[in-house]
Amino acid sequence: MVTQVENPILEVHDLTVSYQSKPVLWNVDFSLPSGSLTGIIGPNGAGKSTLIKSIMGLTEKNSGYIKLFDKPLSKVRKKVSYVPQRESVDWNFPTSVFDIVLMGRYGHLGLFKRPKQADKEFALECLRDVGMEEFKDRQISQLSGGQQQRVFLARALAQNADIYFMDEPFVGVDAATEAAIIELLKKMRNQGKTVIVVHHDLQSVKKYFDWVILINMRLIASGPTETTFTKDTLQEAYGGKLTLLSQISDLLSKEDIPTRQG
Amino acid sequence: MEQLLHFFSFQDPIIRNVILGTILLSISSSLVGCFTFLRKRSLVGDAVAHAVLPGICVAFILHGEKNLWILMIGAFVAGWLSLIVIDLIANKSKIPEDSAIALVLSVFFGVGTLLLTHIQHNPSLSSNAAGLENFLFGNAIAINQQDLYAFGTIACILLATITILYKEFILVSFDVNFAKTIGFPVRVLELILTTLTVLAVVIGIQSVGVVLMSAMLITPAATARFWTQKLNVFILIATFLGVISSISGSFISYVTPSPTGPWIVMILSLIAIVSFLFAPDRGIISKLMKQNAFKQKVIDENILKALYQLGENEQKSDIQYSIKELLNKRPMDESVLSKGLYRLTKERFLIQENDTWQLTPLGKNKGQRITKIHRLWEVYLTKYVQIAPDHVHEDADSIEHILTPELEKKLEELLEYPSTDPHNTTIPYKK
Repeated sequence: MVTQVENPILEVHDLTVSYQSKPVLWNVDFSLPSGSLTGIIGPNGAGKSTLIKSIMGLTEKNSGYIKLFDKPLSKVRKKVSYVPQRESVDWNFPTSVFDIVLMGRYGHLGLFKRPKQADKEFALECLRDVGMEEFKDRQISQLSGGQQQRVFLARALAQNADIYFMDEPFVGVDAATEAAIIELLKKMRNQGKTVIVVHHDLQSVKKYFDWVILINMRLIASGPTETTFTKDTLQEAYGGKLTLLSQISDLLSKEDIPTRQG
Repeated sequence: MEQLLHFFSFQDPIIRNVILGTILLSISSSLVGCFTFLRKRSLVGDAVAHAVLPGICVAFILHGEKNLWILMIGAFVAGWLSLIVIDLIANKSKIPEDSAIALVLSVFFGVGTLLLTHIQHNPSLSSNAAGLENFLFGNAIAINQQDLYAFGTIACILLATITILYKEFILVSFDVNFAKTIGFPVRVLELILTTLTVLAVVIGIQSVGVVLMSAMLITPAATARFWTQKLNVFILIATFLGVISSISGSFISYVTPSPTGPWIVMILSLIAIVSFLFAPDRGIISKLMKQNAFKQKVIDENILKALYQLGENEQKSDIQYSIKELLNKRPMDESVLSKGLYRLTKERFLIQENDTWQLTPLGKNKGQRITKIHRLWEVYLTKYVQIAPDHVHEDADSIEHILTPELEKKLEELLEYPSTDPHNTTIPYKK
């Protein structure tokens, strides 16, 4: 059940990805409309994070292509923002909240250039948007999980992009932060931005997202939440992995057979 | 004193060369080491430092003379090669990266020692090889004017590169994936950082030697990390520590007389150990003191709680209790108890009369609060976490000492001020 859209802001075409010759995504093929708030849903190990990592060019793909704004990522980087999982960085790094948010401006600055006053003011504004202004001089090692996530979000806002990819922004954050984040994401969507979120709490899907992508090593469904997020598709995504698919995947890994070069 | 004056007068050109040389070396290696440390690549720094040895030997065999620049090129190529091999092994085989690093380190260093022995035993080579063995453990006295120029040039290149690419290096060290997604040439930046590491090692081998060089890279950064959370301060402290150790190491080696490199590393290690023990917040002593203070707090609060609970069922409030009665209520080590009683009396939570103790209003308040939190937490655990009532006591025993007044208030509101705990004991609220 895949709803393809006209003039998509994101087009993933026949994407296959594997880690050390073990395939984790098979022939994923979908497109997203502009201005949607999309949830990528699926069980553990379904390849949700891998999907947005390969969209961001962080993992190599075996086959397929990805287009954003009808162009390859390298042509539109300034319009695209990525929020990695909170645990992917060392929060003991000796630096302040403000300096992290300022990193969001680096893409626009390019190499060699230092942030200007305007960049600093913009970063501060983003920090205000996530309700962390008074924490600006805090060392990041002193933040709680929810505050860390807000800082990452502020950094993404500072990129001033048109499409945002977020990897599990609700994991390990308190209820107040979760509410504040979803509020912010909805506001961003209403301003015309496109937001794609890796998410695994099924209960909140209908409340949060207007578009869903269900995956479990392969694409199960993609489309508007109302018509796509149904008992049948959920059953398919969560009713156990396709045994044959994961067995073949293990086999490929053991035998070290390259899956589809190039 | 005379030696001190002579040393710091810079009259003696040898001393001057040694001091300037080691200072240039320590600035370069500490600066580069900060990034190696932040990127968690310390082990790689060690591997590179050892791996340059075969390069030096090969360069010498090919050239036939001990020319610093030629040897540096050899060192540079070998250092680079070692990194490529580490990457290849880690990415293309199933050997994990740390094993790959250990493998490359020992193989390269082994080959280097072999070549060095070959040179020393070969009469046509060994006549020109005087001082080559210095590259193992370093010999700062051998630094001459020309070496200084070379060191200075390399140090300037390092400084300039780090200044120009500061923001890029920090970003790559903190969040490499983010750097990739905004289109920074991460591979190139990493290559530059690694090149800087090799360069710093190359300056260092002459005075400190390949074996101790990794200490010059990592120890200043690792030590500085104990003292600050601020990035700029961290880098400044690391560089400062490097310079201080170089000067004092050179001085000690001049006075005693003994090799300079090991002394510099000794001083660095000494500062590291002192920091490890005494640094505020992150040091061992400070941590132990905090733990100790918490232990005392727990003991004191337990005594107050026991006294409060003893008096709970009595009509009169000013009853005095003996140590024996207290121990009956709450078994603990008697010497721990009497120390706690002494502390509490001094802080006016208790009044002592002969060998009995009585709660002051202040002490009674505190005992009541601890008892209340204990019982509230038991209610919370049975009601919200669904733990059986006979399993909640121990957990409450530790939570009662940690809960802040804000959380205490939240807990009260959440549970709507229950009157009894799961064991049907009354929960005391402040009147």
